[in-house]
Amino acid sequence: MFSHEARLKRQALFDLLFRSLTRVSAFGVLALLMAIIVSLVVGSMPAIHAFGFGFLTSSDWDPVNDKFGALIPIIGTLVTSGIALLIGIPVSFGIALFLTELSPRILRRPLGIAIELLAGIPSIIYGMWGLFVFAPLFADHVEPWINKHLGTLSYIGPFFSGPPMGIGMMTAGIILSIMVIPFIASVMRDVFDVVPTLLKESAYGLGATTWEVMWNIVLPYTKVGVAGGIMLGLGRALGETMAVTFVIGNAHELSKSLLMPGNSISSALANEFTEAVGDLYTSSLIELGLILFFITFVVLSIARYMLYKLGQREGQAA
Amino acid sequence: MNIESVANPKIIIKDLNFYYGNYRALKDINLSIAEKMVTAFIGPSGCGKSTLLRTFNRMYQLYPKQKATGEIMLDGANILDSKQDLNMLRAKIGMVFQKPTPFPMSIYDNIAFGVKLYENLSKHDMEARVEWALRKAALWTEVKDKLKQSGTGLSGGQQQRLCIARAIAVKPQVLLLDEPTSALDPISTAHIEKLIDELKEDFTIVIVTHNMQQAARISDYTAYMYLGDLIELGETSAVFTNPKRKETEDYITGRFG
Repeated sequence: MFSHEARLKRQALFDLLFRSLTRVSAFGVLALLMAIIVSLVVGSMPAIHAFGFGFLTSSDWDPVNDKFGALIPIIGTLVTSGIALLIGIPVSFGIALFLTELSPRILRRPLGIAIELLAGIPSIIYGMWGLFVFAPLFADHVEPWINKHLGTLSYIGPFFSGPPMGIGMMTAGIILSIMVIPFIASVMRDVFDVVPTLLKESAYGLGATTWEVMWNIVLPYTKVGVAGGIMLGLGRALGETMAVTFVIGNAHELSKSLLMPGNSISSALANEFTEAVGDLYTSSLIELGLILFFITFVVLSIARYMLYKLGQREGQAA
Repeated sequence: MNIESVANPKIIIKDLNFYYGNYRALKDINLSIAEKMVTAFIGPSGCGKSTLLRTFNRMYQLYPKQKATGEIMLDGANILDSKQDLNMLRAKIGMVFQKPTPFPMSIYDNIAFGVKLYENLSKHDMEARVEWALRKAALWTEVKDKLKQSGTGLSGGQQQRLCIARAIAVKPQVLLLDEPTSALDPISTAHIEKLIDELKEDFTIVIVTHNMQQAARISDYTAYMYLGDLIELGETSAVFTNPKRKETEDYITGRFG
């Protein structure tokens, strides 16, 4: 009897210990997140005091005179990520469409695996490839064409003119698009795969073509998953450092042209922390980090909100 | 095999064979489908009745290993001819499936989707067509105030009538029903059966069913299939009361299957 009670007690103690451990782990993550935010905020205080909101709108980046502004890296981050999605989304859709609907069965697995492997390549390799292989080819063969055909147009012309150097925002965006495609494509493929066969057959049965079935039935049916995949890709594009650093040109210059070198938040951080002398310089870089954190946070929140709204609208309809 | 031919055939099938890879699922089927009548395919699971139905709109062609040989004549043209335009074929032959499959869009768009594939109607004409189809499918009074709401929000029985409305909105000549009530409750089933009876005024209907009583209730002709063979085709009353073949009798009296 006594030993039985002792065992129960031991079990209760073990249970308590186990529960506490899991709780500590869960709250530990939360504490870590808070700690990161707090240290970013504390670290950027000197810069915030010195420049205020002007930091966001100023394109100065003058370490010699201790004048800093984040406009150029913010624009660089947003523009390169935008280009990446602009190219990445349609290509990923095509890949996922081919893999789920059109590809012969025998090709499906190898192609799927190849795309997943593409996602596993370290970003520095994309950067090296971008700098040594892609950028020269782009400068010699594509940029002159862009200059000639798009650079001369009114309104959008200025975005596409400039010397064909091979490195710049456009190149960074294209390299990023290659990096986000595997993420978006494999999520899209997975969600397309779960569309009920009968639903697709119903649309084919009405005489719809493959394209009409994909565009009008499969895509609306899977929109939440597709949006999730796009956000995953955007998350990677916003934070990507190494590959962008290699090809963006790292110039603190504001230029309309996408062919000109620029800078992104993450590559500015990677390049300049080692050479940052002076408290204000370091603090400005930390504030850049805070801004990147904030942008990513806002993007994810907007995505969550959109998905929530979408779900709510469906709920109402139902 | 002595297959009785029907009086006014809409579809005539000659020596139809069907293969899943190397497996022969239909064996030399010869069969006629009467125009503006209901023909039911009955038989135990795996007998090929759904497979046969899916050759009529060549749905099997979505799957590379499946193929059909022989002839299925619809108004004098062979459906299986490789020159047959699939989309036009499917405009003539509509299909409804085992489970309701509303598209992820509004009730209105569910109906308009198929119509838009073939016809360029004005807004007014499209509205009239949607109403016509929904009335035909006995769904209009239930949904007329919520046409903009999602089709997935309807009850199972309503969804299946939506699918029937969607199929007839294209104005096909033939309607294929693949166990259309197998996922529905008895009341919804009764609705659909009544509907089928009304629809045969305008359409030639072929229905696959697991439920022999259903075949007896709603069909004019019944075909009994077993292991890829067509055993017997006849007027429903004759097949159920006085079957010509012993296999059919065994099945419908419940001694087998």
